[in-house]
Amino acid sequence: MYDVIIIGAGVTGSSVARELSRYNVSVCVLEKCEDVCEGTSKANSAIVHAGFDAAEGSLMAKMNVRGNEMMGQLAEDLDIPFRRNGAMVVCIHKEALDGLKTLYDRGIANGVKDLRILTREECLEMEPNLSDNVEGALYAPTSGIICPFILNIAMAENAAVNGVEFRFNTQVEDIQKDLQGIWHLRTNNGEYLAKYVVNAAGVYADVIHNMVSKNKIKITPRRGDYCLLDKEVGGHVDKTIFPQPTNLGKGVLVSPTIHGNLIVGPTAVDLENKEGNNTTADGINDLIAKANDHVKNLPMRKVITSFAGLRAHEANHEFIIREVEDAPHFIDCAGIESPGLTSAPAIGEMVGGMLKDMMKLTEKENWISKRKGILNPQNLSIEERNELIKKEPAYGQIICRCESISEGEILDAIHRPLGARSLDGVKRRTRAGMGRCQAGFCSPRVMEILHRELGLPLEEITKSGGRSNIVLERTKGTNGGEL
Amino acid sequence: MISYDIVIIGGGPAGLAAAVSARKAGIDKILILERDKELGGILNQCIHNGFGLHTFKEELTGPEYAGRFIDQVLEAKIEYRLNTMVMDISPDRVVTAMSRADGMYQIQAGAVILAMGCRERPRGALNIPGYRPAGIFSAGTAQRLVNIEGYMPGREVVILGSGDIGLIMARRMTLEGAIVKVVAELLPYSGGLKRNIVQCLNDFDIPLKLSHTVVDIEGKEHVTAVTIAEVGKDMKPIPGTEERYTCDTLLLSCGLIPENELSNKAGIKMSPVTSGPIVNESLETNIPGVFACGNVLHVHDLVDYVSEEAKKAGESAAKFVKAGGKDTEGGHVIEVKATDGARYTVPTTINVDNMDDLLTVRFRVGAVYKDSFVSVYFDDERVMHNKKRILAPGEMEQVILQKKKLAEKPGLKTITVKIEAE
Ligand SMILES: Cc1cc2nc3c(=O)[nH]c(=O)nc-3n(C[C@H](O)[C@H](O)[C@H](O)COP(=O)(O)OP(=O)(O)OC[C@H]3O[C@@H](n4cnc5c(N)ncnc54)[C@H](O)[C@@H]3O)c2cc1C
Ligand SMILES: Cc1cc2nc3c(=O)[nH]c(=O)nc-3n(C[C@H](O)[C@H](O)[C@H](O)COP(=O)(O)OP(=O)(O)OC[C@H]3O[C@@H](n4cnc5c(N)ncnc54)[C@H](O)[C@@H]3O)c2cc1C
Repeated sequence: MYDVIIIGAGVTGSSVARELSRYNVSVCVLEKCEDVCEGTSKANSAIVHAGFDAAEGSLMAKMNVRGNEMMGQLAEDLDIPFRRNGAMVVCIHKEALDGLKTLYDRGIANGVKDLRILTREECLEMEPNLSDNVEGALYAPTSGIICPFILNIAMAENAAVNGVEFRFNTQVEDIQKDLQGIWHLRTNNGEYLAKYVVNAAGVYADVIHNMVSKNKIKITPRRGDYCLLDKEVGGHVDKTIFPQPTNLGKGVLVSPTIHGNLIVGPTAVDLENKEGNNTTADGINDLIAKANDHVKNLPMRKVITSFAGLRAHEANHEFIIREVEDAPHFIDCAGIESPGLTSAPAIGEMVGGMLKDMMKLTEKENWISKRKGILNPQNLSIEERNELIKKEPAYGQIICRCESISEGEILDAIHRPLGARSLDGVKRRTRAGMGRCQAGFCSPRVMEILHRELGLPLEEITKSGGRSNIVLERTKGTNGGEL
Repeated sequence: MISYDIVIIGGGPAGLAAAVSARKAGIDKILILERDKELGGILNQCIHNGFGLHTFKEELTGPEYAGRFIDQVLEAKIEYRLNTMVMDISPDRVVTAMSRADGMYQIQAGAVILAMGCRERPRGALNIPGYRPAGIFSAGTAQRLVNIEGYMPGREVVILGSGDIGLIMARRMTLEGAIVKVVAELLPYSGGLKRNIVQCLNDFDIPLKLSHTVVDIEGKEHVTAVTIAEVGKDMKPIPGTEERYTCDTLLLSCGLIPENELSNKAGIKMSPVTSGPIVNESLETNIPGVFACGNVLHVHDLVDYVSEEAKKAGESAAKFVKAGGKDTEGGHVIEVKATDGARYTVPTTINVDNMDDLLTVRFRVGAVYKDSFVSVYFDDERVMHNKKRILAPGEMEQVILQKKKLAEKPGLKTITVKIEAE
């Protein structure tokens, strides 16, 4: 039996796990996929929002602003790529200029620092590629861009190092409470027992909640399509450029990513299917049409990939983070849609604090607060790199040509805590396969490394767990020879 | 810093042929840098035959063709380093390379020959909607898995794009027992060689659907079905023409892109049409002493032309080195242009004083032309008018210019290659 079971190893569950790992408490995270960061946390805009969007006085606003505030230190402690590049909400209709003031006032009320309203001239000076129609903008220098994968992975890794257990490929199918008040979680991998449960199941948070409560909730997957553009054009804008928000959300943004690509998206389409993260032609066309409203000369020919993510939308557009009324010792983190990534550290802090009080937890003496990321040899001088290769020759072998990722980095990704077991696992940890050839070159090579390091037959190497095997069987002419 | 007269980046057919010709032209210190574990480039995975008809007058497989050049490199005792990735080239020709064995190091090159080949256009660049499961491969990646690693990606295959690699893989997968259900091509004509359509599709009754594209990919974890639809003149899918194929594999053969990251970083000027460097009659880029040949310069369909082009690059680099690392100055420079259906030419400038007696100008057309003429104009005067039964984008064309003809016209400014109906 565990003291706490967390359902879901997205950014929310992982942040809660890391917070709890400070205390003397046994924690297990159950995740239905084969790795952390397989849900919404892997497909979003990756903006650390400043906090002027959410309604004044809402929990969402509070978590957003607090999360933004915490992100700098967290990124430093856990070695997460993060930069405060600033954001602009751009107004292109004179009659809508008042809207900027409304946003500004809301931001001030929410506690957002350093907000400013810019004139047309100031806008164009900062961002020469803004639309010629720009009339003004709200400027939020505290807004940032982050690597969403590493944020999620780093928190989980750090939790694991501090004793939190993770069970992958483990889907919670039913939850019952016994007479002693112990939660019984039935999964495809047997039963798990816990005194407390945290529901951080993303778009499935309603399904999990509804297993234990009479007061049903509904989470609607709201899909957002994206296009990602080549690094060659990553400098088209420096700040994150938003249109003015509507009741459908923050609209189609254009932003550099922390790794130097350009991201354009998302759309907003409500779905029934919680697995519906396929892109659609309509979605992509819609994006291309909208993106040009605020930024000019967008080089859409430079798209290297498109993808979609699902927002866990709840009708009130508010985070639900509380102990479930009719299910004591069961805490929901539901409706964690945008700005959920930004808020993750704050949500972890809040839920950690709740459990600390409820369970009277004491702090560990030897809690490890820091994590070292995978070494990036591209930051080294030639001499330093040579030293490294002498010690560890695998750093001399480039595997991913587009992103210049060496075998050394891939080995690190596989062998560190909660290491990668699939092509996507390697990709999210190292960026091998994220470049312009989209793994055409490196995938056979990464497969070979996974095969060797994990001792798995090649047929069992997957793209991302489950039945996503990459090759089926040997060709006719070969009979079990080695790769 | 170590130094070489000529450093060749890439040990595929282009790099090999360039090395051999530079040696024949009397250059001693030549180094080939190759990131793979063997020489031969992409030919190592092209185990089908049909290579070398022009060069050797016999039909060889890809590895056999490469083997002929590798033998010449070995015989000439030209140095090469395998498992070595070139990381950077500077405008003053300092080449930074890295390998497990030697770490990261720099080489001062008297001349550099770019021979990095090309890569395939990935799904992402095609904006194909749908899920992103396992089972989607560029045709060349699948070719490597099947021919080099010895693994089958799947049993039921749909292919998008009728480039040569896709066609070859349709046959290869069929021979391995897979069922290739359809080859869909966005354009109204195939981008592949005629002989490949006959030998790889027709002979196996594999349907080729022109003016079709993929409009949906199903399968959350692994591909389970692909839907294709006909496209109109605007290249947009026509509603109601969808056809769904259950399958476990989607291969993409939708074009090749010269691999020019290094060239771009070095500040080499690129052609937006070929995505390769802009070069003169010596196959020299805008950076003096840096030459290019093979697929990194423009995508070839026949390796024989690669070898021919590379031979020229090797000779030019040798000449540059022998002249003490300088281009000859001055001379009569003529611009070469492609218009009216001709998409580009290689080269785009000719310095008459530097050209050989005969100069091959290679180009491609932008659409299929039947019973048309390839014309060459010296300024406004038509000097060549060759009837062609068929011209297709999938087949590289060439015209040959004579130095003495150009030298006769000291005022000549522009040579234009055009396609004319009559
Ligand atoms: C289009 C889009 C754009 C966004 N942009 C931003 C942004 O720029 N900035 C920002 O701050 N936020 C943004 N967000 C929001 C942010 O991405 C999410 O709020 C955040 O990732 C949610 O994390 P999570 O851990 O709650 O959910 P998830 O990452 O979805 O994690 C839930 C996990 O639970 C697992 N799970 C589900 N059911 C079960 C079960 N029964 N048993 C076991 N495991 C289960 C899932 O597999 C999954 O791994 C965006 C979201 C979208 C969709
Ligand atoms: C998948 C595929 C299949 C083909 N099939 C056929 C066919 O059936 N018939 C036909 O006639 N033609 C075919 N072609 C065309 C064929 O590529 C050319 O005919 C010829 O191989 C091109 O030669 P190359 O030397 O320019 O390029 P490549 O053969 O690609 O060689 C380039 C070499 O450079 C190396 N390299 C690249 N970058 C670096 C770096 N930074 N550092 C070190 N080394 C580097 C590469 O590893 C490679 O070995 C095919 C092409 C491809 C891509």
